[in-house]
Amino acid sequence: MSGTAPLTFEGEGASRIAWRRRFDVLFQVVALLVMVVALICLGTLLWDVISDGSGRLSWQFITGFSSRRASQAGIWHALTGSLFVIIVTAVLAVPVGVAAAIYLEEYGGRSVVARIIELNITNLAAVPSIIYGLLGLGLFVRMMGMGRSVLAGAATLALLVLPVVILSTREALRAVPRSLREGSYALGATQWQTIWHQVLPVAAPGIMTGLILALSRAIGETAPLITIGAVTFATFAPDSVWSPFTVLPIQIFNWVSRPQTDFHANAAAGILVLVALLLSMNAAAIWLRDRYQKRGMA
Amino acid sequence: MTRRGFEVVIEWGLFLCALLSIGTTVGIIGVLTAETIGFLEEVPILEFVFGTEWTPLFAMPHFGVLPLIMGTVLVSTIAMLVALPMGLLTAIYLSEYSSEGLRRVVKPVLELLAGIPTVVYGYFALLFVTPLLQQFIPSLSGFNALGPGIVMGIMILPLVSSLAEDAMRGVPRGLREGSYALGATRMQTSLRVVVPAAFSGITAAFILAISRAIGETMIVAIAAGQQPRLTFDPTVPVETMTAYIVQISLGDTPQGTLEYRTIFAVGMLLFIGTFGLNIVSTWLRERYREEYA
Amino acid sequence: MSATTRSIPSLGDLTASRQASVETDGPCKIEADRLNFFYGETRALQDISIKIKPHLVTAFIGPSGCGKSTFLRTLNRMNDIIPGTRAEGKVLIDGSDIYSSGVDVVQLRRRVGMVFQKSNPFPKSVFENIAYGLRINGMAGSKSELAARVEESLKQAALWDEVKDRLHDSALATSGGQQQRLCIARALAVRPDILLMDEPASALDPIATQRIEELVYDLKKKYTIVIVTHNMQQAARVSDYTAFFWLGRLVEYDRTDRIFTAPTQKLTEDYVTGRFG
Repeated sequence: MSGTAPLTFEGEGASRIAWRRRFDVLFQVVALLVMVVALICLGTLLWDVISDGSGRLSWQFITGFSSRRASQAGIWHALTGSLFVIIVTAVLAVPVGVAAAIYLEEYGGRSVVARIIELNITNLAAVPSIIYGLLGLGLFVRMMGMGRSVLAGAATLALLVLPVVILSTREALRAVPRSLREGSYALGATQWQTIWHQVLPVAAPGIMTGLILALSRAIGETAPLITIGAVTFATFAPDSVWSPFTVLPIQIFNWVSRPQTDFHANAAAGILVLVALLLSMNAAAIWLRDRYQKRGMA
Repeated sequence: MTRRGFEVVIEWGLFLCALLSIGTTVGIIGVLTAETIGFLEEVPILEFVFGTEWTPLFAMPHFGVLPLIMGTVLVSTIAMLVALPMGLLTAIYLSEYSSEGLRRVVKPVLELLAGIPTVVYGYFALLFVTPLLQQFIPSLSGFNALGPGIVMGIMILPLVSSLAEDAMRGVPRGLREGSYALGATRMQTSLRVVVPAAFSGITAAFILAISRAIGETMIVAIAAGQQPRLTFDPTVPVETMTAYIVQISLGDTPQGTLEYRTIFAVGMLLFIGTFGLNIVSTWLRERYREEYA
Repeated sequence: MSATTRSIPSLGDLTASRQASVETDGPCKIEADRLNFFYGETRALQDISIKIKPHLVTAFIGPSGCGKSTFLRTLNRMNDIIPGTRAEGKVLIDGSDIYSSGVDVVQLRRRVGMVFQKSNPFPKSVFENIAYGLRINGMAGSKSELAARVEESLKQAALWDEVKDRLHDSALATSGGQQQRLCIARALAVRPDILLMDEPASALDPIATQRIEELVYDLKKKYTIVIVTHNMQQAARVSDYTAFFWLGRLVEYDRTDRIFTAPTQKLTEDYVTGRFG
């Protein structure tokens, strides 16, 4: 083949090359448009909430309780309720979830039972959250007699986040290199000694990152807590695990559902507080993950 | 206690914690079944499943669940019409075309969209999207299926995108290279080679998205209405299965009554539907992994 | 046979070979008796019988995949961690079969230490790396006793002078050669009788390798050492006895000088002269 003639497209398909190129560009434009639309939606949502709600944000708003008058209503009961419930949820879910993950990752191997448990967890992760609410209602509120308490709510949420905690903990455990475990076994350590002294400390930041992300999802959950009977009007902050309670998303829901527009502003302000809470939790998780990655590089 | 004995105890303790997850499933099935059986003792199953009027709280109650199912299907369909094409396109672009810079912008946006609590989306649907749509469709009622459907689609888009992208990334490079070597453009390779190769994985993603839409509660509870209606019209108020459960839970229905049991019966249908979809999705994903792992 | 043709011996040649007889009188620290080892259905070791003497360095040589590392790992039952493996036959240490039921594997591994090909110090301080083995085995009482034993192990591994001022710094901040000597010190801290070394210097530069080899020479006064190596010159330098493995079988086992100068099996001769492998 001579090197001087320009490369021409001849023969079959030659005339279609230009068309194909145009389709390619068109496709890219459409795809980019889609992403721009998603970006616009996010931006619009944020702008809408901020413009509706920032006017209502104030110290009085954060520390006030429910009221029939929109301008006097606050979120203190809901904020404390949310924090209280999340802490109890963590206390319930973390030990069980981490233990289950350790079993599946370190002991279970490929046995039939482990396989069934794994499959079950994958399915549970996709069950709608309101079904967990029905479970909590039937099991915790009624059968176990906890009533519509913080404890029942936290137990329900704990079951809800358990699959996520287990899955993310397993990821963190899997990331620990085999050579570490072998080195420990070779010294005559038992399996549990190896896990407790070597594997867990190295996996800890990853586990905690996963936990914080799971809990940040739980803080935004509304449906299951409505189902087990969280209240929507409260003039008190919950003081014990047995007391009735409400959470931030439910208060927001309650305000949005009212026809008066004054309450809508409250709802927007409540959303801002909720989002601020979520952002700080996610920021903590990201900070942890970055620190973890730097250590893991050694 | 000897060291060996201690190890055995630890292993059993960990095993019991793992078994708890089975307990959750057993609990769900148990609670739903028990109350549904109580419900079906008073309401014949044929009326429940095939009846077209849902008015359980009226003096003359009717217990036909089709309107609720219809509401759910209507909203979910609109959501899927938004989420599936957009999600797939995004996934194709991110997987086959995009540069690092674009990914660094798009990925966080998608993660943010996925992380927003659904009650916030409900607020957006009721107070921004519906009024906006009313500018174009004057007959649109304040509560309807269109607004929450669209917003739900935006919410589910990141899920579709990330799962489909994972599926496409699993397709071996060799397949793409073979296509390019024949002179195919990127679009042709993506649509004719990669997407078909990732078909099971993408289908699994779609099914999971449908399951998510069916089970979604707060967006519809806030913005779709509480009027069970057997209709295909997206401009009128409807009620979904999930919104019904919320409605009753907010009220003062005493426990143990028939009205109380209705939420479990509806919940049972919801569970069967989503569980079935999830199983199919998992099976598809397993099959896909076997093909390319 | 000309030097340019490299004929790869077939399994048929092996069945006609006999294993050389070694002076089997005298004490025997480790003995394998017709050991067969399986990964699932695949047989990785076939009828291995060998008697390894105490306070000597024995080298296992052979081409990649010949089973020398697999056999090494049967000596401290490290293969138990891999699912689907199975051993048939006996491995005796000081006369007792370590594969009989009721053997405490954890105790076995304390007595039979192992150093790996890629050094794997724990992500802790130098001190904690050594102290870990002592703590989990309940081997050190007071803080001063612990510190004394850590120092003793580091001295045995010829590492003390280099790290004595950095005991509480991260172990990962040391050089590759130092990390490997740390792993040796860690293994020695729990006072094993036997030290198994799986290609300990293959990831190190020549100077670090030399230090490891000097260490091995010193250590054999107190320990019985088995070292797997793919480097024949290293085996010749460092070991007293050498065992040559090929395709899962033990082909020849004899004093190192005899293996390298006058092997009795043709296969051995071909390998050590570089005709294959």
